[in-house]
Amino acid sequence: MSIDQKTVARIAHLARVKIPEDEQKQVAKDLNAILDWVAQLDEVDVAGILPLASVNDASLRWREDKVTDGGKTADILANAPAKTAGFFTVPKVIE
Amino acid sequence: MTKLTDLSITEALAGLDAKKFSAVELVETHIKAVEAARCLNAFITETPELARKQAKESDARRSAGKAGAMDGIPLAIKDLYCTKGVRTTAASHILGNFTPTYESTVSQKLFDAGCVMLGKVNMDEFAMGSSGGSSYFGPAINPWSGKEPDKVNRKLTPGGSSSGSSAAVASHIAMGATGTDTGGSIRQPASVAGIVGIKPTYGRCSRWGIVAFASSLDQAGPMTRTVSDAALMLRTMAGYDPKDSTSVDLAVPDFTKAVAAGVKGMKIGIPKEYRIEGINPEIDALWQKGAQMLRDAGAETIDISLPHTKYALPVYYIIAPAEASSNLARYDGVRFGLRVPGENLNGMYEATRGEGFGKEVRRRILMGTYVLSAGYYDAYYLKAQKVRRKIRNDFEEAFKTCDAILAPSSPGTAFALGEKQDDPIQMYLEDVFTVPLNLAGLPGISVPVGLAQNGLPLGLQLIGRAFDEETLFKAAGALEKAANFNEKPPYMAA
Repeated sequence: MSIDQKTVARIAHLARVKIPEDEQKQVAKDLNAILDWVAQLDEVDVAGILPLASVNDASLRWREDKVTDGGKTADILANAPAKTAGFFTVPKVIE
Repeated sequence: MTKLTDLSITEALAGLDAKKFSAVELVETHIKAVEAARCLNAFITETPELARKQAKESDARRSAGKAGAMDGIPLAIKDLYCTKGVRTTAASHILGNFTPTYESTVSQKLFDAGCVMLGKVNMDEFAMGSSGGSSYFGPAINPWSGKEPDKVNRKLTPGGSSSGSSAAVASHIAMGATGTDTGGSIRQPASVAGIVGIKPTYGRCSRWGIVAFASSLDQAGPMTRTVSDAALMLRTMAGYDPKDSTSVDLAVPDFTKAVAAGVKGMKIGIPKEYRIEGINPEIDALWQKGAQMLRDAGAETIDISLPHTKYALPVYYIIAPAEASSNLARYDGVRFGLRVPGENLNGMYEATRGEGFGKEVRRRILMGTYVLSAGYYDAYYLKAQKVRRKIRNDFEEAFKTCDAILAPSSPGTAFALGEKQDDPIQMYLEDVFTVPLNLAGLPGISVPVGLAQNGLPLGLQLIGRAFDEETLFKAAGALEKAANFNEKPPYMAA
């Protein structure tokens, strides 16, 4: 499995990170070097092993379903690059 | 009298209690030291006015007999912790002038105990790195670089990602600092700067309000000059927090009592797989010396095996980028931080994130996106999670026969800034001894043990069972006493 320039462009778009075309080749090279290095995991026999997503074995706690926070519009908008009338604003998405 | 900047936290608290000096004097001395030490680039944001206000309040509390456990102690806070009303950058351009409207749980606990904040310290961007070199604000410099650390030819890294934390504590401009450790970001900088740093068990400290990197691995911890100070500071930082579903509801013991308890009868495991191919002979020798020190103090050392050690780094470099790519999706140019205009909404996202993230962060987001994408998920991400379980099983087996494990903290002494910046895998290898614990969720502490032939400090690491930091503090206390490391960097707070 190896990453070419086209794949870099595709994953960059999936991740919404602009990678200029003239940098894509180098990025592909860097990513391939890392993928070649992690390929040593193929040596490990993982038959019958369950994936470990979290080291916390305890199940998540439950709490009562009630509102404990909120009413902080000003706080939430305080760092917004653009806002109006209590909302975040974004470039126009509907014509 | 000893200079105020040369006191440990424990000594400073005794001095404050005995009215030898006030918190205002203690803090003012440190503010001056911070200003004089700008050549280290340790701080991203200095907060002298806040520190002065907090110091005054601290003196008032002490006079009223209401002093907290760390009242009046000036600390540096890693710029990954959200601090209410104080700019928080994660050393990234993308956060712009982000000024949190809330306080992280851990920094709040420190403030509740009376701590004073000198400012926010430098780090690798989003804590991704082992040298501090990926900071948008330029790298912090190790005070071990020279008397004029910014003027020498070979400027050394203070380690990373908690680079400003280690530089500030080692140079005595802060009495302690908070760090975070996802793959070694507390222990490796502690080792190469000659200080103490502990990554507690995953779940011991709340992650709430700390900018997320890889949520199943991130932990907060203290960086100090003595083991006792680390014990006191961790006790203050730790504890259950309903706002972090992964924080664990367990009583926090008084770790300070463990430090002098000794290691008589303790079984210390020496993992043969950590004697990696091409290991620096000085590191190996220091490790043997550390084992002898613990034996002389009454412990027994036994050989153990952690067979999957060599796979920990590759597992980490799948899991951590995968989690990071998801966590960092929140930087969208809409809710906070930088916005770079684009042709349309997607164009704005792509321009903002392309410009706002540095090279290494972009690389990790792309890697994470790739290993989670359709067709590659099983081959990379799922496989890595399975090997992660095997790594944890190795530790579980080992802890059936030993109480703690002794290992090196870092594969070498501090290297030159920029040295590994263009070779990601070389940089990743800095964490070869620290990453396995993060994957297993276990606590680890780095203690300075000696100087290498090049005159630079090196630490050793002790690894413990989950939620058994007390045993670690016992062993670390014994190691500190035996090593009696008193060397100081050429650059020190004036």
